[in-house]
Amino acid sequence: MDLSTQYLGFKLKNPLVVSASPLSENIDNIKQMEDAGASAVVLYSLFEEQLEEEQKELHFHTTEGTETFAEALSYFPKSEDYRTGPAEYLDLIYRAKIATRMPIIASLNGYSIGGWTNFASMIGEAGADALELNIYYIPSNLEMTGEEVEQEYVNILEQVKERVRIPVAVKLSPYFSNLANMAQRLDKAGADALVLFNRFYQPDIDLKSLDVTPNIVLSKSYDMRLPLRWIALLKGKIKANLAATSGIHTGWDVLKLMMAGADVAQLNSILLKKGIGEIASIEATMKQWMEENEYESVKQMQGSMSAMNMPNPAKFERVQYMKALSKFQA
Amino acid sequence: MKNRRFVTLDGNEACAYVAYRVNEVCAIYPITPSSGMAELADEWSSKKVKNIWGAIPTVYEMQSEGGAAGAVHGALQSGALTTTFTASQGLLLMIPNMYKIAGELTSTVFHVSARSLATHALSIFGDHSDVMSIRGTGFGMLASASVQEAMDMALIAQASTLESRIPFIHFFDGFRTSHEVAKVEVIEEEVMKKMINEQLIHQHRRRALSPDRPFIRGTAQNPDVFFQNREACNPFFLACPEIVQRQMDHFASLTGRQYHLFDYCGDPKAERIVVAIGSGTETLQETVNYLNKKGEKVGLIIVRLYRPFDVRKMVEALPSTVKSIAILDRTKEPGSPGEPLYLDISHSLMEAYAEGYAPFEKMPKILGGRFGLSSKEFTPAMAIAVFDNLKEGKGKNHFTIGIKDDVTHKSLDFDSSITIEPDSVIRALFYGLGADGTVGANKNSIKIIGENTLNYAQGYFVYDSKKSGSMTISHLRFGPDPIHSPYLIREANFVACHQPIFLEKINMLEFVVPGGNFLLNSQWKPEDVWNYLPLEIQRTIVDKKVRFYTIDAQTVAKENGMGRMINTIMQTCFFAISGVLPREEAIAAIKESIKKSYGMKGTRIVEMNLKAVDSTLAHLHEVKVPAAVSSTFKLVAPVPESSPDFVKRVLGQIIAGQGDELPVSAFPPDGTFPSDTARYEKRNIALQIPVWDEEICIQCGKCMMVCPHAVIRSNVFDAKYLKDAPTSFKSTESREKEWSEKGLKYSIQVSPEDCTGCSVCVEVCPVKNKSNVSLKALNMAPQPPLRKQEVENWEFFNHLPDMDRSALKITSISQQQNQRPLFEFSGACSGCGETPYLKLLSQLYGDRAVIANATGCSSIYGGNLPTTPWAKNAQGRGPAWANSLFEDNAEFGLGFRLAIDQHYENARNILKEISAEVGEELASQILAADQTEEVGVNAQRDRVEKLKKILENKKDEKFVRLMNLADYLVKKSVWIVGGDGWAYDIGYGGLDHVLASGKNVNILVLDTEVYSNTGGQMSKSTPMGAVAKFAAGGKPGGKKDLGMMAMSYGNVYVATIAMGSKDLQTLKAFIEAERFDGPSIIIAYSHCIAHGINMEAPLQHQKALVDSGQWILYRYNPDLEKDGKNPMTIDSQPKKVTIEQYMNLENRFKMLSKTHPEAAKQYYAQATIRAKERYEQLQYIAARTTNEKTTAVTTVKEELTN
Repeated sequence: MDLSTQYLGFKLKNPLVVSASPLSENIDNIKQMEDAGASAVVLYSLFEEQLEEEQKELHFHTTEGTETFAEALSYFPKSEDYRTGPAEYLDLIYRAKIATRMPIIASLNGYSIGGWTNFASMIGEAGADALELNIYYIPSNLEMTGEEVEQEYVNILEQVKERVRIPVAVKLSPYFSNLANMAQRLDKAGADALVLFNRFYQPDIDLKSLDVTPNIVLSKSYDMRLPLRWIALLKGKIKANLAATSGIHTGWDVLKLMMAGADVAQLNSILLKKGIGEIASIEATMKQWMEENEYESVKQMQGSMSAMNMPNPAKFERVQYMKALSKFQA
Repeated sequence: MKNRRFVTLDGNEACAYVAYRVNEVCAIYPITPSSGMAELADEWSSKKVKNIWGAIPTVYEMQSEGGAAGAVHGALQSGALTTTFTASQGLLLMIPNMYKIAGELTSTVFHVSARSLATHALSIFGDHSDVMSIRGTGFGMLASASVQEAMDMALIAQASTLESRIPFIHFFDGFRTSHEVAKVEVIEEEVMKKMINEQLIHQHRRRALSPDRPFIRGTAQNPDVFFQNREACNPFFLACPEIVQRQMDHFASLTGRQYHLFDYCGDPKAERIVVAIGSGTETLQETVNYLNKKGEKVGLIIVRLYRPFDVRKMVEALPSTVKSIAILDRTKEPGSPGEPLYLDISHSLMEAYAEGYAPFEKMPKILGGRFGLSSKEFTPAMAIAVFDNLKEGKGKNHFTIGIKDDVTHKSLDFDSSITIEPDSVIRALFYGLGADGTVGANKNSIKIIGENTLNYAQGYFVYDSKKSGSMTISHLRFGPDPIHSPYLIREANFVACHQPIFLEKINMLEFVVPGGNFLLNSQWKPEDVWNYLPLEIQRTIVDKKVRFYTIDAQTVAKENGMGRMINTIMQTCFFAISGVLPREEAIAAIKESIKKSYGMKGTRIVEMNLKAVDSTLAHLHEVKVPAAVSSTFKLVAPVPESSPDFVKRVLGQIIAGQGDELPVSAFPPDGTFPSDTARYEKRNIALQIPVWDEEICIQCGKCMMVCPHAVIRSNVFDAKYLKDAPTSFKSTESREKEWSEKGLKYSIQVSPEDCTGCSVCVEVCPVKNKSNVSLKALNMAPQPPLRKQEVENWEFFNHLPDMDRSALKITSISQQQNQRPLFEFSGACSGCGETPYLKLLSQLYGDRAVIANATGCSSIYGGNLPTTPWAKNAQGRGPAWANSLFEDNAEFGLGFRLAIDQHYENARNILKEISAEVGEELASQILAADQTEEVGVNAQRDRVEKLKKILENKKDEKFVRLMNLADYLVKKSVWIVGGDGWAYDIGYGGLDHVLASGKNVNILVLDTEVYSNTGGQMSKSTPMGAVAKFAAGGKPGGKKDLGMMAMSYGNVYVATIAMGSKDLQTLKAFIEAERFDGPSIIIAYSHCIAHGINMEAPLQHQKALVDSGQWILYRYNPDLEKDGKNPMTIDSQPKKVTIEQYMNLENRFKMLSKTHPEAAKQYYAQATIRAKERYEQLQYIAARTTNEKTTAVTTVKEELTN
């Protein structure tokens, strides 16, 4: 049985890719992912703010109070070996490449054109096979138009593409006026893949402390419906590969996404819940189903149920959605 | 001599550069101003920099200088080339070992940045009182006078000690040389290898202890042989000067820099000669050149090798024409016939004259003088006065120069207006705020000019004695010739004021030359800025035709994401205005240096700085100076007109930067200064101050408790006082039921001019405004618009009567915090974690406390002139405070107790004897008084006042004696205060002894887990994994468990506290410790700037610290055992935060994950295990029942009996 697929120019042994998460901060986990059957891993995201803040913080704290008081002209030993920002990350890429044979995809999470795009080229030089660009932008500026927001995405992608030779995937949120158009623009701007979708962590309010607190909620299987729909709609219409992410918890979820047209399925929440070993179970479920239903390969099913291949493509669109609801209520 | 390489560095680095490369082991202990040498050695060792033999020297921090000397002695006896770096009291602590090392003819060099010894006061600055105290040890003494010489002599000393077997101290002037940055020619390693004879090293090693060729060293001898044996070393000392000269000649052949044991410079037929050691000789040399050019026959002898003293060489250095000689000593030996160099030179001349080898026919006039104590300026004007004093018809002996002695009239007058610096030297003065990076930028400018051009450069930096809002003054010189001017700039071509707040405080244009440049950073527009200048500044600008420039550096910094750091911007302005370098070249050099300096910290930091450079010039404007002055205001007086006479006459002058002008008569001869003076020094350093929202305040008192500078206070008072209140004065109903029923009002007031703006009070405020949660009951607001109004309010608030202390329930923070602090407005860092504990102590027990304070942060912010924070209450009572030393504080405090107890007993005995005369009832009440609580103390105070009334005017000896002792019948609370460097390291032996004494003393350890005052060196309190100096790779060992060690005595009260975590537990611990009739120790966690934390919100760190279990709160109260209870109470429970989460909040730990990530992970893991173990241990102690404990004790006793 052939589970292989193509993604970002690589032939992967199966479509099971581990998506960016804290799990990949540890090299032992990365090895375990490969052992459990992952075909590639997207490393945890390097956050633009984090890089900036870390540098500023380190600079501030190693200089605060210095050259002020005659007896204490500094408070820390001088070091020229700080591994700020990308250094640790680059080191992880290097170590992951040595420790595994699967493609290692780096992930950058940011919101602006700036210094951080420089890291993109460093990531390429450190040996990453590809780069996933997670453009995390919540426009709260009342003056900024949707067009400007979209153009910002394109600009960032173009700038990164100029800097790197490795393939670049763009991870998107679903919140665009016309996602299909956005996908096409990114496709034209050179995106080698689109990763659908980024899950925004929504803030919460703590009634005791009257503070806004981050509230991380892991995805549920139902969440894969959104990427499923959009992958089905985009399949065949753009050149870029399509990666599904959000709510992929079972082998059946993966099969459905493959049929919708995904090239790979990215796993995260389920691994956080059940452990890295769950990759093997997902692969086993896929194999069992394919065996039972006499599928020979993943390629065979990829896009088989995309909008293009459906007798009634509108099933993936709004009208059908409404019908589905009324049917459910009935 | 080919490939000459120049670098800019300071004297400490110049010396350490050589010392590190020609040694194998450095055992050290930090002490200002030598710490820099040891820190550099440690830094190089951790970076694996090799010595000239390809090995990485071991650098080891000890617990004291005594310990360092012992370790050095041991390493030397074991054959390693070993060195140490020290100064001042540190050198004194090494003396016993120095006698041993010299007695054993062991080759070593101790490098000393010479510093004043603490006498009537401590001083960290430079003179020779320390090095002159070791003359008897047998160490050779080789002196450097400049940064270049600090490097050169370090090598000559090393070569000489190996050949002569005489150990050496190599010394140079603390701060003036150790901290002066200058351009010097580097000694290449090849030269070092040629200077150090390998054969001599082999011989040094062969003299080492080895079981393979055993011998013993360190015998005990009797009267029959000791003397003869002591004389056996003479040949080595006699041979030594010639060896040193040979090494100097060898050095000259390799480098071109020739030195002699006694270097003569000046007219070969000079008649008036000055002899001196150290950096003062640079000034003298410059002056001699100047006077020679004017035709004056003067000369100078620079003493290089002071011990062994070569009389013949000294005399030979003199020209035969000499008629009068002045010998300058940078030290004072009270009661002696003269200072050491004076006596030595006098003796030499006498001996040479008597023995017939003197070059002169008639004995010259010999005068001795003192100069430069504690880095007192020594300028060419002063040097000229010394030469003038040698003229015929003059000749004041045992003179002083540089001060005005109006008591014993020893001082020479001098004309301070004389300057002799050539016009080719560009001189610049920069007034900066400690936090704005001015000094760093200037050091960088020196590097740029020194290392990129043929110009020579010199920088010297004057720092404030306050740790918050402090002013730095940078003195920079640049010129085509080597600079020999080790004194402050008094004629500046360029003056920069980096912070407009200084404008109203000092006349910074006092030293600008006519036609010079003045650069002001301010947020005022170029067209308006003139109107904000005080009259004095305007007048100077107009009169001296000064070109005036302005820039809004804060805005440029903000726009480029650089926060308060305006250093790069101001540096760019300096280059743009001063013309030291062509503008384009200068900007390119600044940018290159930014990349070099900040590259390691990330591209973002580099980008920010580069952008700032680019946008600077567009914001730099030359101001069109009006033809006449127009200002309506003058510089602010340093202290209010209403201040006490001493404050105005003496302290005010020091505040105004005029301390140098004060005469001898202004000072108390024994170091006794009035307390309660900080209140007169209004520093106005806060950009923002807290504003109270009385509507939502719950009056919990927490803000007052955590305020490091005692600037936010509450009071409860009768509403009748409000009738005179300023209109903006705020008050509200008291929330305490019993007080509100009486109609009492509650008010919180901030002293706007004393606040440092740290905002810790806002952090701790637990109340949020229900309509806008970003607001609390305290909110920071800009100080300038509030200043006038709040000064009035503060004034009014201060005149309200204090609440009756007996009406306060002191176990409740909200009530206790109404007690007046008797520790206020100290010079501690903004947001300091130590001072809230001291303030609490002062509130609770200040009126009866006697405090012994170990040297360290708390002695500096507690006792550094000009003004000091320990205050007095309305009755004139307050803490009596003294600092002895660093190492002896526990013993010092125990001495207080012993004396007080003795006085108490004596007073009681006399009272018993004369009870009939004073009245039996009163006498018995006094003798039986219970003073456990404050009520009892106050009642006793009243009784003693009655007693004193009865005793006064009585002539009988017993009455008089009792009158003098009567105050000791009122309980005195003895406190022994210090930091962890004292308690865990240098003073631990004494601390342990005092704990074991059983005496009623209260020990407060302000535990910052690092040497804070000397700049962040590791102590035994430093936790595992923390990065500190001497622990660049994270401290490998765990923190010493001082509490557990104290507890092991069983009869010691022990508490560990962290106010930011549980303030009520802190309060309880203080009350219990003081009440406990025996030794008590409170180990108080104190966050610190050396932790690399946000000092505006430091309490969150204390919370995380305790919540993670890294710090466990407990109280061990042996009194509880009397009631059959377990003495241990654990007050915290690790639960919410992991050790790793806590450590990642603080850069002292987090840094390690950036430099040694694997080590960091291991330390996190080990620290987690250790914290768990400690908690379990304490739980075990707390869970033991008293019976079990009793049984256990009994069992041991039985075993012993059997």
